[in-house]
This record gives sequence, structure tokens and C-alpha cells, in this order.
Amino acid sequence: MIRLPLVLVFAALLFSAGVYGVLARRNAVMVLMAIELMLNAVNLNLVAFSASLKDVSGQIFALFVIAVAAAEVGIGLAIVILLFRNRASINVDEVDLLKW
Amino acid sequence: MVGVLHILAQETGGVDAAAKAPNWFMTHAYIIPMLCVASAVLTLAFGKRTPGRGSIYGIAALVVGLVLALGCLVGIAQGSGVATDGVHWFTIGGFSVDAGYYVDGLAATMLVVVTGVSLMVHLYAMGYMHGDKRYTWFYFVLSLFTAAMLVVVLAPNLFELLVGWEVMGVCSYLLIGHWYEEHVNSSAAIKAFITTRIGDVPFMFGIFACIVIAGGTTSNIQAIGQAVGVSHDTVLVTAAALLLFGGTIGKSAQFPLHVWLPDAMAGPTPVSALIHAATMVAAGVYLVGRMFEVFVTASPEVLTIVGTIGAITMLGAAILAMVQDDIKRVLAYSTLSQLAYMVAGLSMGETGYSAAFFHLFTHAFFKGLLFLAAGSLIHAVHSNNMSDMGGLRSKMPVTFVTMLIGSLALAGFPLIGGFWSKDELLVTASTGHMWLFVMFLVTAIATAFYTGRMLFLTFYGPYRGHAEPHESPGIMTGPLVILAGATIVAGFLGSPFTHYVFADWVHFGEPEVHSFHGAIAAICSVAALGGLALGWLLYGPKRDRAVDPIERGIGPVWGVLQHRYYIDDFYFNGIVRPIRDTVSAGVYWFNQNVLDGAVNGATVVARGGSGVIMWIDRTIIDGAVNGTGTLMESLGKALRRVQSGKVQWYAVGLFAGVIVLSLFVFNR
Repeated sequence: MIRLPLVLVFAALLFSAGVYGVLARRNAVMVLMAIELMLNAVNLNLVAFSASLKDVSGQIFALFVIAVAAAEVGIGLAIVILLFRNRASINVDEVDLLKW
Repeated sequence: MVGVLHILAQETGGVDAAAKAPNWFMTHAYIIPMLCVASAVLTLAFGKRTPGRGSIYGIAALVVGLVLALGCLVGIAQGSGVATDGVHWFTIGGFSVDAGYYVDGLAATMLVVVTGVSLMVHLYAMGYMHGDKRYTWFYFVLSLFTAAMLVVVLAPNLFELLVGWEVMGVCSYLLIGHWYEEHVNSSAAIKAFITTRIGDVPFMFGIFACIVIAGGTTSNIQAIGQAVGVSHDTVLVTAAALLLFGGTIGKSAQFPLHVWLPDAMAGPTPVSALIHAATMVAAGVYLVGRMFEVFVTASPEVLTIVGTIGAITMLGAAILAMVQDDIKRVLAYSTLSQLAYMVAGLSMGETGYSAAFFHLFTHAFFKGLLFLAAGSLIHAVHSNNMSDMGGLRSKMPVTFVTMLIGSLALAGFPLIGGFWSKDELLVTASTGHMWLFVMFLVTAIATAFYTGRMLFLTFYGPYRGHAEPHESPGIMTGPLVILAGATIVAGFLGSPFTHYVFADWVHFGEPEVHSFHGAIAAICSVAALGGLALGWLLYGPKRDRAVDPIERGIGPVWGVLQHRYYIDDFYFNGIVRPIRDTVSAGVYWFNQNVLDGAVNGATVVARGGSGVIMWIDRTIIDGAVNGTGTLMESLGKALRRVQSGKVQWYAVGLFAGVIVLSLFVFNR
């Protein structure tokens, strides 16, 4: 059995990679993928604590998160497609009309 | 009525050694002034909203008041003693004052006079004052005036008396100046007020002297009377009597303070009737009667002074009444003269007491009647002057008959009104007061003469006026008829036909025994008839009226009389003008230098202060307000840069915030 701290460190790295992607990538699709990374890092934590504490509710939370993430990606990609149709670009830096 | 009183007098049989207990009316006499005060308040509060504009309250109160007053008089006629009671009013140190009532024969007869005459005046004024713009106000003051006089009549102590006395002064001022739009009327009101105030100053000190005599603990009139009886300080008692008489001189308009009364004719005629007959001037004489113990105990010179002043006023005023053209002024001087009769009567001491007040009693009715009748004439011809009247006999029959009765009563025509009271005064004077007897007789002739002159100038000969004369309405002639009846009845109360019942009611010490003196009655009748005949001779219908016969006869003296012996001119030029001019000059200087200086100084200060305040306002307050605005604007300008529209910058902020919060939470 893999020791818990190893899993947590891995999950933290994964989360950090996700944060970096969300903040630094220009491509909207890549930003969405980075969000998926962050969600899955959280899922990893939930499952790891569930196994360690012998409590099944963590795994059930993970299943809910997966379901919500699927819906989120669906909506997100639809927005990206509409954006591309309107602006012929999916660069998030160019989508800055909602300001003062 | 005469018959009833006659029987009443026989039943009571004059002297009654053991006085009966006072009846209900006497022990509740205080209700009468309270009713009048209540009616005054109601008139003021609801008068204008009441149908008839508020005259009903005063009339209703006086109808009840007259019944209660007659009840008191019945009690006196049945031989009751004195009814007096009171509640504690206030205490200053050891000096305490009650509020209460004191009803004896004098007070009871005065109650009847005041309520009766005042009721007639109230009724009469409904016609005379009809349509006046201050009608409701007039009735308010009229009721208050009556209430004040009733307070004076019922007062058991000098302080309560003073309250009524002064309220009456204010009311007379308000009533004389009722038509104050005319300057003459308002100055007459001021003159009346100030002149009576001059008399009030010695009166106040007289009250203080009486309180000192009574030991400084009470102002009760009975207590003062007893204290005077045992006092050895003749000087103090004499001073008290003289000072109190000062009040009488002012209020009853005796020489030398008589000047206000003829000018008081500026008021509406019902007011003149009330002032001259029932209230105000009677109060002065009443005061002497109330405080008579002081007068008879004081040194005899006091009564001599009183008699001298009475004698001077009596004849001086009667002579002036002969030369007046204004009918109200004839009656005003007549009032002066008749009041002097009473004052002189009182100066004869205990024996004159009853006779003097009998004259006050009869005079109240016939003088009230004469004034109201004169008002009826004035109402008809729209002029006060007898030179605008004449020949009104057939045009105004009711006024003529009633005024004839009043005039005969004034002149002392046998068997009518004033004849009996003058007769009594002459009877009293004939024993030991010969010089007063002569004065009384001469004045009686003069009185009959000017009364005749007045009658013949108004009712006989051709009509000389311009208005269309007509008889007055019933509301005015009704009171005239009632007062004419009262005049005749009142006269008989002091006649041998009723065994001089009035003297049993009103007396000082033991009731005097009166008997009929045929010789003096004959002298009286001759004086009255002689005066009237002289009037007929000079002013009868066949005479030429272009020039007054007296003016033709006496030449330059006419001018002196028209100027009222120059007394008014002397007061005005010798006293009023110097004081007034000095005071007004002083006030002008004070106004120019002190008041204007203060006003201008205040302006400078205010302008300087306003400059400072303006600077503070502009700089500090406006600066703060504008500064806040500017600060917010620049802050907003700076902060709006944060909202870049770039989603990832927002996410940076979000994560930075999470990190900061985490550090904050975990480092605790």
C-alpha cells in the first residue's frame, strides 16, 4: 500500500500544475484542462483519505466531483466554441470587454 | 310693589334688637359675581359662535343675579344680621388674606342696584350697539365690569376690594375707548385711567395704614373697624381716612380729580349709564361707607375736608352743567354734582350715612334712566348736541315720558325719586350743618334749572337737527320703562309712606329715627319748582335759541365756564405737558443715542461675525465636502484599473487572497 504522504505530495504538485495552467496559459481549452487537473488533484486527496481512514464517504464525494466536472467541461467547451465562432480566436487575453 | 314693601316694612317694624340668622341668599351671595365672571368667560370663548353674538350670557347671568340680589334684600328686610364667610386666599408672613363675602344692608342694596341697572344696560345695548363690529367684545367687558363692581360690593377685606376696584379701572378704560379709532375717544380713555390711578396711589397707602392699625395681620374690614375703635393713634387713623378718601376722589370723580368723568362721555352711551349709575363712581362713595368707622374715628377735620370737597364739586359741577350743549355732558356734570351730594352727606357723620346711601340708591336708577334715554335721543338724531334736537316730544313719546320721570327725579320734583333722598339730606343738614344745608339748597335749585333746560331744549320748540328722528326699538325703550318704574319705587322706599324702610336696611350704628319735616319738604319742592320754572322762562318753547340766554346774560364768564374753569387746561398745560415733553425729550435722546447705538453696534458685530462665519463656511466646511468628493473620485479612478476584464488576473487575485487568508489562519 502506498503511503499517504506520498499521495498528498503528488496531489499538491498536480494542483500546482493546474493553478499554473489556469493563470498562465493563453489558450482557453488549455485553461479548462488545467481546471480538470485541479479537480482531479482534489479527487486524489479525497480517495486517499477515504482509504486511509476507512470511510467510504470520501469516495462518494469523488464520484460527485467527477460528475460535476463532466458537466462543467461540457458547458466550458460550448462557451469556447461560441467564442471561436464570434471572435475567430480562443485567446483569453483578447476576451476583456467586461471592464470599466 | 310699593304696597308690598310698605307691608313688609310694617311687619319688620324697623328696629329689631335680635338680628335673625341670614337667609340662604345672603350666605350664598358670592354666587352673583361668580355668575358674572362665568358669563364674561363664556362670552369671550363662545360669544362669536353663539346666535345673537354673545349678549345672551351676560343677560342670563344678570337675570339670575338680580333674583339672588333681591333675595338678599328680602333677608335684610326681614331683619337679618350680617352674613360673612371666606376661604383662605394667601399668607405673607403673619399677614393673611381671605377670599369671601360680606353682606349687610348696604351691600344688599348695592347688589340690587348693580345687577338691576347692569341688566337694563345689557338689554338696552342689544339695540344701541346693534351691528357694532366689536359687539361681542363689548359684552365681555360689560360683564367683567359688572363682576368687578360686585366684587367690590361684597369684599370682606381691603385686598379683595382692591382687586375689584382695579379690574373696574381697566374695564372703564376699555369701555370708554371702545371706539378707539377716533383719537378723542382713546385719549379720553387714557385720561380716565390715569386720573383714577392718581387717586389709587393714596388709596393703596390708605390700605397699608389700615393694615398697620389692625396689627399687620389682617385686612378684614370688620377687624379694622374694631381696631380703629380701640386705637389711640389718632394721627395714623386720620392719615388712613384721608388716604382712603384719595381713592374716592379719583374713582367718584370729586374735585380736583373730577376731570376724567366728563371726557368719559366718549364711550358708548350704555357704558356711560353703567359707569355713572351703578358701577365705578358709586364704588368711591361705597368705599367711604364701608370704611366709615375709620372716618368717624379720625379727627373731625377729616369729615370737614370731605364735606368741603363735596360742596365745591357739588356747586361747581352744577354750574358747568348749565352751559353744556352736549346732552351727555350735562348728565356727566350732573353726576359729579349728585356724587358730591352723597360725599357731603357722608361728611355729616353717622346721621348722614343712611341719607347719603339712599341718594346713591335713587340716583343709580334715575341717572341710569337719564343716560339710556339720552342714548335713545342720540340714536334718533345722530348727534350729542342739544342744538340738533328740539321738539322730539311727539316723535319719541316713550323716551319723552321716561326721560321726564328721570328728569323730575333728578330735579327733586315732589314725590318722585330724588325728592325723597334730597329731602333726607336736607333734614340731616338742617341740624348743625347749616352751611351744607345752604349748599344743598343752592345746588338743588341749580340742578332743577339745568334739568329743565335740558328737557326744554330737547323736547320742546322746533326741531333743529338734520336726521329723521324716530322712536327707538322696543329693546331700548323697554329698559327705559322698567327703570322709570324703579325710579319711582326706589324713591318711596325712603318716604313716610313706607316708614323710611331704607334707613332700617342701611344704617351706621343704631338705625336713625326719621320723621317727616313739612317745612323742609316744602323748601325742597319750592327749590325744584323754582329751578324748573326758571328753566322754562329762559329756555321755554317761545324763546329765541340763536344765542344761549345765559351767554347773553353773563358775557365773559361764559368763556370761563366753557373752559371748565380752566382746570383741565391747567392740568394739561401745567402738569401733563411739562412732564410729557420732558419725558418724551428724554425718551427721544435715549432712543437716538442708546437704543440706536445698541442697534448699530449690534449690526457691526453681526456683520463682522458673519464675515468670519462665511470664511469658515467657504473654506473649512465647503473644503471638507469638496475634498471628500475629490478624494473619492481619484480613489475610484485608481481602483478601476483593477477591473481589467482579463479573467486570469482575477484568478491571480483570487489565489493570492486564498494564500493570504491561509497564512492568516494557520499562523494564529
